[in-house]
Order: sequence, then structure tokens, then C-alpha cells
Amino acid sequence: MNGYRSTLPDLPGRYKVPSMPTNRPVIRGAATALAHTPSLVRYGSKPFREATAKPDFLTNLTRSLWSYNDACRYLPNQVFIGSQAPARLWEVEQPWFDKLADADGGEPPFGHILEERRFLALLACADPFKHVLLRERFWEQMGPVLEAARLTAPLASRTPALLTDAQMDAELESSNSLPLFAAGEGAPVGVVKTGHSEDEALSASVLLENLCCKVSGALAVHELLNHVDGLGPSDVDLVLSCSEEAVGDRYQRGGGNMAKAIAEFAGCDLGTGIDIKDFCAAPIPAMVIGASLVESGVFENVVVVGGGSLPKLGMKSLYHLEQGIPVLEDALSAVAVWIGRDDGRGPTVNLEAVGRHPVKAGAALDKQFRELVLEPLRRLEWGIDRLDRVVTEVHNPDITVSAKAGDVAARNYKMMAAMLAMAKEIDKSDIAGFGRAKGVCGYAPTQGHIASGFVYVPHALREMAAGDIRNCMLVARASLFLGQMTELTDGMSVLIERNDAPQ
Amino acid sequence: MDLEDQGRIKELAESYGKDDIVVLLGAPTTESSQVQFETVTTGDPSYAGPLAGVELGLPAYHVFEPNVKAAIDPDKYEENIEILEMGLEADAIVDALAGMRAG
Repeated sequence: MNGYRSTLPDLPGRYKVPSMPTNRPVIRGAATALAHTPSLVRYGSKPFREATAKPDFLTNLTRSLWSYNDACRYLPNQVFIGSQAPARLWEVEQPWFDKLADADGGEPPFGHILEERRFLALLACADPFKHVLLRERFWEQMGPVLEAARLTAPLASRTPALLTDAQMDAELESSNSLPLFAAGEGAPVGVVKTGHSEDEALSASVLLENLCCKVSGALAVHELLNHVDGLGPSDVDLVLSCSEEAVGDRYQRGGGNMAKAIAEFAGCDLGTGIDIKDFCAAPIPAMVIGASLVESGVFENVVVVGGGSLPKLGMKSLYHLEQGIPVLEDALSAVAVWIGRDDGRGPTVNLEAVGRHPVKAGAALDKQFRELVLEPLRRLEWGIDRLDRVVTEVHNPDITVSAKAGDVAARNYKMMAAMLAMAKEIDKSDIAGFGRAKGVCGYAPTQGHIASGFVYVPHALREMAAGDIRNCMLVARASLFLGQMTELTDGMSVLIERNDAPQ
Repeated sequence: MDLEDQGRIKELAESYGKDDIVVLLGAPTTESSQVQFETVTTGDPSYAGPLAGVELGLPAYHVFEPNVKAAIDPDKYEENIEILEMGLEADAIVDALAGMRAG
């Protein structure tokens, strides 16, 4: 292996190819949802802490937020909802935030960008315990708007708790409540109350965070239902949430179940749900588990959903404000993927090639990629030439480069290529071009589980259907050390292939 | 640079004297390499750690720099470092530190 020695046994044949029964799992559809929520940026983890320490922070922040129209004209957002192909990102010089342009006016292929006031109204509709209270006048405006749209009508069947102006003023005086603002509205349009005065796990900010995830996740599920044939809400057997939020109470802070809350809100009345947790990597284990459950025959239709992460809004806002550029982390992003039995068309989830990251592999990036990319290829006896696309952590570089964190996707592809060069899979001279040849330019919001390969699934499906690629490996990594229970990282990869690929 | 690391480097410099210490950097990016270089030479640029305002003036080199590489057994370098040199922005790091030394 030319000087690159693993502490683990040699790669080929380390794991046996599992024997599989015959319910071949395929991806039958995928969709995205993006909620443009500039007024919620103040409740992101970083902005909230900054605003507490520096009173003028919110004034600067508010001045630097985009309108809904701007968000719709932003290239990475257009790629997220499928109005532009990812290849367009290679063609337009970075940064993209100063090159706003209309996409063609057609229906977005993967999902819509939801305007903030609709999303805020849905937060109240999604709250069975009535902790989110809306101003009566606001609901009078928004109720009919939600009812009129195919996407939101099914989610707006429950009338939320409403307050008169006087009642709202009294509620806003409580120090435990969070006001809900909306661009263009002078006064708060709603308020989030604490769920329990002695339970930090049910504070107003935690409830808001979880409701944002629930609503954005349910929107993605509805986008999926609206975009595919053969799957109605009642056909969904199992929802697996790979979201990053932790639902629970003071006795078990992360012990709850976001998936079932999303399933209920999305109208999947005959389905159930479970959460899969693995920091930013969670979507890939969730897809593998979902595909395995379909393969085994335990469930027929599994929807893997990742809802948006409120704490990540404005995460790099200090850098953006310092440089006088828009605060770009202003939208909650969500993805939903339907895994079902082979319909003869959908790309297959190849469970023979699940890449894993063993404890002993170590946390160095090259060693992670060796386990997650090279090992599964060797197991299948594939050379790298047979792999058409590999996607990992496609964070939008507009956000990270301006925050001095570099281009995450480009950095990953370079290290992946160096690892492959050391393993003699590619020539050293091909390292620099590897990202363009096999990879994707970053475009996703910095909500890590979404930016993992998961966000690319709808594009992968489209590219396979068009014959542009035969297969795509999705690679996700997780910084487990952030939770301070281990110094390890984790990761998982999965290969999806055109349905007609040779087996 | 990590506050704990700053404290340890300061302690070592005080215990053993600055003349017998070389700092070997292994930071993965140009920016982090520059910050580490600055921290152990002119002081912590973030003014947050024990080296804030402390000009240790220690000689500091990145493991990718040619003079460091020349001092390492080539087999060991290939085994442990080369993949990182290829996968990270090694040239930019080397150039940046050379530029900082030149002032």
C-alpha cells in the first residue's frame, strides 16, 4: 500500500458481503423544503448569545438580512430546490451572494422556498400544547393563505391558539416568552411560551427549536408526497428522522421522538416513527436502516426525513457582519427520501457496500475517507473509475469561506483524492481535478446533517434518470467529540445505483 | 491556539529558556498555521490566552516546510505525513510562514 499503513487488517475482505433476501430496496423519490426565516436568525445559537451580550447586535443583524425575493434569487438556494443543476455552481464565479438572478419561472422540481410568515403560522398549527400563540390579526391574514396552497393546506387544519392585541401585549411582558417577529410586520406576530417553569428541556427556546424542525420536516414530507406517484400519507409505514434536534424533558433530554411528531403532523396516520442520531452523519445510517427494513420485509415504505436546525441559523453571522455581506444562514432546510420496494425504476440502495467507520480507525480525515470510500469499493472489487459521483459535506462555500473556515467540500475532495492517490487508485497528478471529476460544489445551508450527502439525493435521482451518472456514493461524517463522551468521530457511506446497473 | 497549549508553551519557555526550544506546527490550514506562528512569536492575536501580549519569539516551523521534511526519515515521512501534505494546502502554508518570517 505504498507507505500508507492502517492499524486495521488489510482492506479487501475485511467485512463479508452480507447475504440478502430479495426485497431489493430502491429510492422511489426525494424532495427538499427550504423555509426562509430571517426573523428567526436572532434565535440561532450564536446570534442569541451575541444579542444577549451586545445590545446593538440585533440592529446590525436585522439590517443585513435578505428579503424573501433575494433568497429566491440566490443560486445555492435554487440548486437546493432543483431549479438549477449543481453543475451551474462550477460555472458562476464565487461569491454568489452578489450575483442574484431569477431562475426560470417554472415549478421548482424538488420543493418550494417557503416565505417566513407562512412558516411562523405553521409553527402554531404544529403545536398541540398551545405554547405558540399567534396574534389574531396575523392568523386572519395567514389562515386563508395557508389554506389556499397545496403544500400548506394539509398542515393548517388545526386552528392555533390566538390572542387579541391586548392579550399579546400582556404575554410579551413575561420574561420566559420569546416574541416571534416577521419581516415587514411592526409588532411581534406571535409568542412562544415556556412549556414548564422548572424544566429547561421545555423552555420556550427549546420548544421553538423543536417545532422548527417538526414543521420543516413535515414540509419536506409533503413536498415528497406531492412530487411522487404511488405514495399517499397513509401509505407511509415508517418515518425515520435524522434531524439534529433532541426532543425530551428534564428526565431524558434527548429521549423523545421527532419522527413520530413529523409523521402525525404530515398526516401519515398509519405510520410510526423513530429517530436516528449520529450528529451530521445521521441521514446515511437512517437510509441504511430504512433500506434494510425494506429489504427484510419489516416495512414497505420508509420515509427518511431531516428537519431544519434553528440553532445553526446565523452561526457565522459575526464574520458576515464584519465583512458587510448578507447574513447567509437565514433558512431552515429539510430533505425527505422515500425508500420502498423495487419498482423497476428507482435507484437501488446497495446494502452490500455500506461504508463504516470502526472505532480503531482513528479520527484523521484521510483515515476516515479510507474506511468510508475506499474500503467499500475494494469490498465490491470496484476501481474508482467505476464510481461516477461521490458526495460529502456540500456546505455552501459562500458561508464558510467568508467565515474563514475555507471551502469544506473542496477540502474534503482534496484529502479524499490524496488518500486515493496513496492507495494507487488515482495518479497524484489527478488530485487537484478530483473534486470536479467525481464531486459536487457545495451549496447547502450549514445545517450539517442536510449538507451531508443527503441533500444531494434528489439531484442524484435526476442525474441517474437522465443517464448522466450510473451511481453515487453518499458519505457523511460526524464530530462525536462535540458531545464530550468520546474523542472519536463517526461516519457512514452508502452507494446508490441506477436500477438497471449490473448486479 | 488552544489556551491550554499556550500555557504549556509559556511554561516550557520559562523553564528551559527560549534558546533550546523549537515549535513544530501541524495545523491543517494556512490561517490556523499563521495564527499559531504568531502566537508563539509575537503573542496571542486573539488576546484570550496566556500568551496575550507575550513576545516569546520562538522559532516555529510547520512540518510541511522543506527544512523540517529534510530532517525526518523519508520512509516515516511518507508513511505518516505525505498523504496530509498532498491533501492539505501545504504549499500555501509553507509560503505563508516564509512570508511571515520575512516580515
